[in-house]
Amino acid sequence: MRRRIGIDVGGTNTDAVLLEDGRVGAAVKTATTPDVTTGITRALAGLVAQAPDARGAQAVMIGTTHFTNAVVQRRDLGRVAAVRIGLPSGASLPPFVDWPEDLAELVRAEVVMLEGGHEFDGRPLVPFDVKGMRAAARRIREAGIRSVAVAAVFSPLNASGEEEAGAILQEECPDIAVTLSHRLGRIGLLERENAALLNACLIELARKTTRAFTAALRGSGIAAPLYLTQNDGTVMLAEVAETYPVYSFASGPTNSMRGAAFLSQRDEALVVDVGGTTTDIGSLRHGFPREANNVVEIGGVRTLFRMPDLLSLGLGGGSLIRPGPAPAIGPASVGYRLTEQALVFGGDVLTVTDVAVAAGLIDLGDRSRVASLPAMLVEAALARIRSMIEEGVDRMKTDAGDAPLIAVGGGSFLVPARLAGVSEVLNVPHQAVANAVGAAIAQVSGEVDQIFQDLTRDAAIARARRAAEDKAVAAGADRATINVVEVEDLPLAYLPGNSLRTRVRVVGDIAG
Amino acid sequence: MRPITAEEIESLAIGAWILGTGGGGSPYLALLNMRQAYRQGVVCQIMDAAELADDDLVAVVSNMGAPLVGQERLTDPKTMALAVTMMEEYLGRKFRALMSLEIGGGNSIQPFMGAAVLGLPVIDGDCMGRAFPEAQMTSFAIHDLRMYPLTLADVRDNAVVVARAASWKWMERISRKACVEVGSIASTCKAPRTGKEIKECAILGSTTKAIGIGRAVQAARRAHRDPIDAVLEVERGIKIFSGKIHDIARRTTEGFLRGTATVEGLDGFRGHTFKLAFQNEFAVGWLDDVPRVMTPDLICVLDTVAGDAIGTETLRYGQRVTVIALPAPPILLTPKGIEHVGPRAFGYDLDFRSVFA
Repeated sequence: MRRRIGIDVGGTNTDAVLLEDGRVGAAVKTATTPDVTTGITRALAGLVAQAPDARGAQAVMIGTTHFTNAVVQRRDLGRVAAVRIGLPSGASLPPFVDWPEDLAELVRAEVVMLEGGHEFDGRPLVPFDVKGMRAAARRIREAGIRSVAVAAVFSPLNASGEEEAGAILQEECPDIAVTLSHRLGRIGLLERENAALLNACLIELARKTTRAFTAALRGSGIAAPLYLTQNDGTVMLAEVAETYPVYSFASGPTNSMRGAAFLSQRDEALVVDVGGTTTDIGSLRHGFPREANNVVEIGGVRTLFRMPDLLSLGLGGGSLIRPGPAPAIGPASVGYRLTEQALVFGGDVLTVTDVAVAAGLIDLGDRSRVASLPAMLVEAALARIRSMIEEGVDRMKTDAGDAPLIAVGGGSFLVPARLAGVSEVLNVPHQAVANAVGAAIAQVSGEVDQIFQDLTRDAAIARARRAAEDKAVAAGADRATINVVEVEDLPLAYLPGNSLRTRVRVVGDIAG
Repeated sequence: MRPITAEEIESLAIGAWILGTGGGGSPYLALLNMRQAYRQGVVCQIMDAAELADDDLVAVVSNMGAPLVGQERLTDPKTMALAVTMMEEYLGRKFRALMSLEIGGGNSIQPFMGAAVLGLPVIDGDCMGRAFPEAQMTSFAIHDLRMYPLTLADVRDNAVVVARAASWKWMERISRKACVEVGSIASTCKAPRTGKEIKECAILGSTTKAIGIGRAVQAARRAHRDPIDAVLEVERGIKIFSGKIHDIARRTTEGFLRGTATVEGLDGFRGHTFKLAFQNEFAVGWLDDVPRVMTPDLICVLDTVAGDAIGTETLRYGQRVTVIALPAPPILLTPKGIEHVGPRAFGYDLDFRSVFA
């Protein structure tokens, strides 16, 4: 039997599920612990208690927001050398130029700018300054820096400069961790370089964390390989993933959406994930979250990489309600203190959950404590919740027709059965642990984003597709199972010779 | 002449992006350059054209090339300054000041980048009053001023002087070709202008106008007021439409990003549809299939909540947008101006009618 364990470590809860031949065999919700691993150990113990066969799982997938939190909270970050290859261009805007000063001071150990890089058509900008690179590598070694980020101009089109720099760094600085920007991001030097720098400052933490995860697995008697889930809903082997912590920044909401697709058997739908404090709305395309095209800020740093396109609303089970003829809801929330502070739990704060209990949407706590809420207030609050969700759903749609909506998360009881612009609202079993289900079903991906010239659109896409498939196989995919999930092409203004920017993404099952 | 503050340059970036009418390129990287320069103690001067002597020379500058290339080969002040000093060498004369070619988008800040290196003041003005895609779409071209010489500088040690061109079209073709050769990004110094020409033919005061727009947006945001109302107030603009992007189609032809966007009405505009056509910038808008607003009136599409300008490259389905019109500089509204930048110059068989008429 094919057994997979999926774990999602969120800010409040750690959820785990056992998937047996694609069926949920066991599911557990526990509290997240400050050290993260204790929560995982408890969740695994819960799974094994429900289904002893969980120990025989062939793969374990963990999704975590640990690394994003480290950047946002400015903790456990390593010091980093930045190597920019692209002089004489970009000299006035060195690495870290648009970082918040407090974060830059924590992370910036050394900045090196060297001649090199490429043009949009792949020609060299100037020859790469190999000598300068070697001298810089020696300085980095002498300074005792253990992590370095390398970014070269137009490296997504021609990575040779970054590769050569990486090789020299490895030669001169044994054991140094090297992050090459072309592995992380797309066109947009500063944003790609920022992603590489963030990655480099998290690498030490990622290594420690994945090792602790592995230890927690082994301690629970599970011998299966560990995978970490990525922003795009796919996985990487932990030993590979620990060198790309930024890839897991948004894995939580992605896993929820993937889980929603799996549990509902729908590949094209909108997903609403209602938690304690926020509601995330996203859009599934071919069973994967649609990705954001724009700049994403993490802890004040502008980056540009694979992230789901999400709309976050300040609406959750713990959201505060300020009564009135038009009651205001959120964004303040009692969060994990719901079970102490909400009216139905004996507290004195009016929350969305209280209104839901009063209206009979869910049976929680002591219903008599909300019996005296005016019917008009309950009605008005529910109407407000409805219009918040309706507007959010409408904003995330890509065309005007009605679309199905899958409701997941602990607060999914708040989603009305009928909504404007929605063809049907789908409630599915295990919807409260959809995120852990999403982790358990994750596949392996490959992506290419490149400018092609003087090729027909079809030829450019075919070429990009081959390159994406090769990348997926290198990351552990079984070639026979690979599918194309996204094709995007954008003709470019002011570039000669019929230039086409083409992006292709493929996914496949884990090989073996 | 007076010093321009770092805060004013922040406001300029916001206002110029709105005056870009969907094009002109994001001012973000140029703004970062100015933050760097001011951090190092540079202070630029802004100068009224009235302070120019008739025989002073002014360098009209702009960054040229593909916005996408600009995201990798980041713009820098030295190359901008090089285009200017090359022109001085070619002419054998010194410039008194720099001026922007177009106030819409990133080129609004380019002369300040050059000025930061050269220590010259920047004239409060430009020659478009907004953003336009082509070389002949300037007040200088409308006044039939000479279009050459032009200098083009690459970040490597490459530079080109276009000594003569038979027409604006030829100037565009030759300089575009050189630009592509050096990687589709270059700094350019356009045909030098005398103080007299600037005073008579430039669009004066557009820099302070852009700063004023940006400042109004910032103040409204701080006070939790509607930033769009603030723009309309300060510029005496007209709110044309408000709704949600419903459909978007783009294609590139002859080097331009062309396309249409359809907006479905919300709030007071519910039940109505607005169609926008763009060629790098927004060119014409139809309310329920009737032409409502057209170039050279400025058509600006703003995020309904934040008030930020939205570029034609970043429009997407579902965005809540408000379309506003701002008055065009008077020179663009003359018969000769309409010939250069009116709807027919963009291929729309429409007689120009201003929404402000």
